[in-house]
Amino acid sequence: MKSAVIVFPGSNCDRDLAVAIREVTGEAPAMVWHRETELPDGIGLIGVPGGFSYGDYLRSGAMAARSPVMRAVADAAARGVAVLGICNGFQVLTEAGLLPGALMRNAGLNFVCRDVALTVGTSQSAFTSRYDAGEEIRIPVAHHDGNYTADEATLDRLEGEGRVAFRYGEQVNGSARNIAGVLNDAGNVLGMMPHPERMIEAAHGRTDGRRLFEGLVAAIA
Amino acid sequence: MPGHPIIIGLNRMKARVYVTLKNGVLDPQGRAIHHALEGLGFSGVEDVRAGKLIELSLAEGTSDADIEAMCRKLLANTVIENFRIERIAA
Repeated sequence: MKSAVIVFPGSNCDRDLAVAIREVTGEAPAMVWHRETELPDGIGLIGVPGGFSYGDYLRSGAMAARSPVMRAVADAAARGVAVLGICNGFQVLTEAGLLPGALMRNAGLNFVCRDVALTVGTSQSAFTSRYDAGEEIRIPVAHHDGNYTADEATLDRLEGEGRVAFRYGEQVNGSARNIAGVLNDAGNVLGMMPHPERMIEAAHGRTDGRRLFEGLVAAIA
Repeated sequence: MPGHPIIIGLNRMKARVYVTLKNGVLDPQGRAIHHALEGLGFSGVEDVRAGKLIELSLAEGTSDADIEAMCRKLLANTVIENFRIERIAA
């Protein structure tokens, strides 16, 4: 499976994400700098990594969402290419309007960096098909702005349409309805605050994140 | 004033954009400021909401609609924030 990982000034999980994709798909992703206006042909997955982007000036992800490469990402998403935004990548996707809602400062104001319990909200997506709905997994988080917010009607719609991919199984950051990850209406764009790329191989302690990438390979390759 | 040439025909103007969180959106920063004020002994504060002030220096002819478009496209995230535009003399 061909894939691409977007790199912004300040991205720092791009390499981890590339390693995870290579481990599971057998093919290293193309690393695409934010100034590019086109993505490689024939890619089935775009990763928008964690870290920071442009110093996260104004709001986390706000600058990155308006960078040239994001137009190409939006076009690809509209064509049905899978887009996975992790942590800052999730913030970028909401700022770009590819996912609903916004990610605000953690309710406790602290940077939260630890493994957290997650409940899988749906197995009906390419990202979550290798999990069971309701299954509990553990994935690390590392963020300051992960407090998911949307109006009540949007939250109801996300829940009603099975678009809450992951929920926190414990209090982490004050997110509305404990939402940790959401899908777009077509189901091909996922944003999540936890870092599945950090739980890929036994040396990471657990491998709970690996099935997310395996599901993508099965759906796309 | 020496060293400050007078530029004719370039009427600069400024706008201030106030970005504030919508009512009902929890403001953890405002809450922390509130607690800190109470810690300093200021007891009369009932609530604190923190926001941003963005000052724009604009070329002549920049319309209100232009500024509003800037707010909607970048300066404010209208999912969680409101904005107010105030024009001022430069």
